[in-house]
Amino acid sequence: MPWRLLRFGLSKSHPEPRMFTAHDKLKPSYDVVIIGGGGHGLASAYYLARDHGITNVAVLEKGYIGGGNTGRNTTIIRSNYLTPEGVKFYDKSVQLYQDLSTEFDLNLFYSTRGHFTLAHTDSAMRTMRWRAEVNKHYGIASEVVGPEEVKRQTPQIDLSCGGHAPIQGALYHAPGAVARHDAVAWGYGRGADMRGAEIHQQTAVTGIEVKGGKVVGVHTTKGFISTNKVICAVAGFTPRITDMVGFKTPIFVHPLQAMVSEPMKPWLDTILVSGSLHIYVSQSARGELVMGASLDPYEVQSTRSTLDFPEGLAAHLLDMFPFLSHSKVVRQWAGMADMTPDFAPIMGMTPVEGFYLDSGWGTWGFKATPVCGKTMAWTAVNDKPHELITGFSLDRFRNYSLTGEKGAASVGH
Amino acid sequence: MKLMTCPINGTRPISEFAYWGEIRPAPDADTCSDDQWAEYVFHRNGAPGVKKEWWCHTPSNTWFIAERDTEKDKVLRTFLHGDDK
Repeated sequence: MPWRLLRFGLSKSHPEPRMFTAHDKLKPSYDVVIIGGGGHGLASAYYLARDHGITNVAVLEKGYIGGGNTGRNTTIIRSNYLTPEGVKFYDKSVQLYQDLSTEFDLNLFYSTRGHFTLAHTDSAMRTMRWRAEVNKHYGIASEVVGPEEVKRQTPQIDLSCGGHAPIQGALYHAPGAVARHDAVAWGYGRGADMRGAEIHQQTAVTGIEVKGGKVVGVHTTKGFISTNKVICAVAGFTPRITDMVGFKTPIFVHPLQAMVSEPMKPWLDTILVSGSLHIYVSQSARGELVMGASLDPYEVQSTRSTLDFPEGLAAHLLDMFPFLSHSKVVRQWAGMADMTPDFAPIMGMTPVEGFYLDSGWGTWGFKATPVCGKTMAWTAVNDKPHELITGFSLDRFRNYSLTGEKGAASVGH
Repeated sequence: MKLMTCPINGTRPISEFAYWGEIRPAPDADTCSDDQWAEYVFHRNGAPGVKKEWWCHTPSNTWFIAERDTEKDKVLRTFLHGDDK
């Protein structure tokens, strides 16, 4: 037994400082208010403090930190996107992720696995080749491989997928990784807290004060705060917040569900995605298979899960791995995905001065956590969009210049 | 299993139905501005509430309107277009 554990046995109170400072009261004003204490919001607070020296910052969280989509995703990190804007952006994120454990002095269980996007049809193969070429052009490790490479790295797979969807090939992305999602939120939160930013949990935003087209303050369940800059990073709650500010977005909310199996010995090294079978699966450090599928087919603004989801997902998983027929599902859950028409996020400036959106993160937000924090902090400080996010502006819809990223979504939604 | 009531075929599993989004009045394409058209094409009322939505019972291709609370996921009533009295 490590000796330091004795301190916990002998002390009457908890002998180590908590991960975060708990603040009783909000200050009357802050330089920047961040709505949403998920990975994106906490990362924004972290980079505001670390890169820009702005520490008079409040992060407002309605529930508890990392309890929204940060804690509900399937933890996959990759950069093999389809558009040049997307590829450059997510590549930066992967680079930032690789150093985070050291930077935070906190083990994120960042684990590079190799990521296969399986293609079962000619048209899927065509999209994989397209993605591989775009990726290689920007220096991303990404290539089209044949079924034999899938089998070599994942010997347990049935390449015929039950006979009805034989695997023709795959897009292989060696840097594809998984990480502990809670640890990402906690690491960013602790880093921001240590540098002076305040994290206020159980503090919901009830209104946003706008005067003459500029943000002047935020109403919360714990009182009014005056501020000139607000970063909104609330995923599925985005339309409720933009309604408070008074402008419209193309965002619509569908639930996205996921589930995990009982823990088993490590056998699945890679991350496997199949658009045709509507499944993505990896094995966590705890041994559970973490699985997700496509969006629920209609709009719902709550996180209730359904029974037909595990049924459908399990059937498709068995097409790939018939030997799992006796393993059990132990948990399932849902998150509210803020979807956009072109499957790219909506980031940066808005019609209201001082109100910055980090939204439209739909089903692809976790992998972008570090780069979102970094670019949103820069955008709020300089009051213009960071060069990496200009392709994701809200204006693109009015100008009919979309950033079509649907072909890089993990499964066909 | 979630259920939906088709005004013609009665209560059926929701997997038999397709969702086609909230009913939104279309602007006149000949007279509206580019901005108005872009708003119609892209913008959505993404906040929760009781919404009137297009649904289709796919086996019979019956199109109808459902009034649904999108936060509680509760269908309040369903009716055919034109029967909204």
